[in-house]
Amino acid sequence: MIDVEELSCQELVELVTDYLEGALDERHRQAFERHLDGCDGCTEYLAQLETTIRLTGMLTVDDLSQTAEDALMQAFRAWKRTS
Amino acid sequence: MEPTDEQLVAVLRAGDEEAFRTIVRDWNGSMLRVAQIFVPTRALAEEVVSETWLRVLGALEKFEGRSSLKTWVFRILVNTAKTRAQREGRVIPFSALQDASRVPEAAVEPERFLPDDHPAHPGAWSAPPRALPEDELLAAETREQIAKAIDALPANQRAVISLRDIEGWTSEEVRNALDLSEVNQRVLLHRARARVRRALEEYLT
Repeated sequence: MIDVEELSCQELVELVTDYLEGALDERHRQAFERHLDGCDGCTEYLAQLETTIRLTGMLTVDDLSQTAEDALMQAFRAWKRTS
Repeated sequence: MEPTDEQLVAVLRAGDEEAFRTIVRDWNGSMLRVAQIFVPTRALAEEVVSETWLRVLGALEKFEGRSSLKTWVFRILVNTAKTRAQREGRVIPFSALQDASRVPEAAVEPERFLPDDHPAHPGAWSAPPRALPEDELLAAETREQIAKAIDALPANQRAVISLRDIEGWTSEEVRNALDLSEVNQRVLLHRARARVRRALEEYLT
């Protein structure tokens, strides 16, 4: 199991999402931040993950095809008449 | 301002076409991605989404607001997609959504760390990530690579990262809509983000 006092880099990368989600208990969170303080590799890893999240957030979602939308609007009108 | 569920349901029940069109458009991307957890093709996913809306309209009278409208719609979507997948003769993996923590999957290839029996620094980086070139991050090509990496994810990971990081849902909304435990939601998100980061690093370095 993870030795909280001495997190290795390999262990830290598996805790990154828990850390960002605020799901680490106090002891793990402190150990996580202590490790980051002295570790360039893990600091860069965390930065890359945050970059990934930011860039993912810039993607747009798929638009509905016009045919599908027309069909749904037609269904909506039909539904309106009967309800 | 976002309309409340009550307002939204009221205008839909009143037959407001523009309100319906807006909500159908706004939720389309998320609905497609969730449908694709269960059905294999984009075309089938589109059919599932349409069928879901018809069911939603049919049941709107019965919506009591015990869950959010979004949760309610997505529950109907998941059921519709499952039924459709069965009808298509597709066996839904027992664990289509729940498999998360059973099979371990490393966020970073183990070869990039010193071995467990290393005398001084077991598990420390042997090949640490290098800084990404800032000027290329915002290039359209980089975004394309990210979109491609997300498309290549297993469907359950793709659904979770899309809802969380593209659509900006909260973890609670994702858990409710997909009926996931807190831990599974997080594991799926963790793996998805790790894979996309890896693709980004490979592309840029």
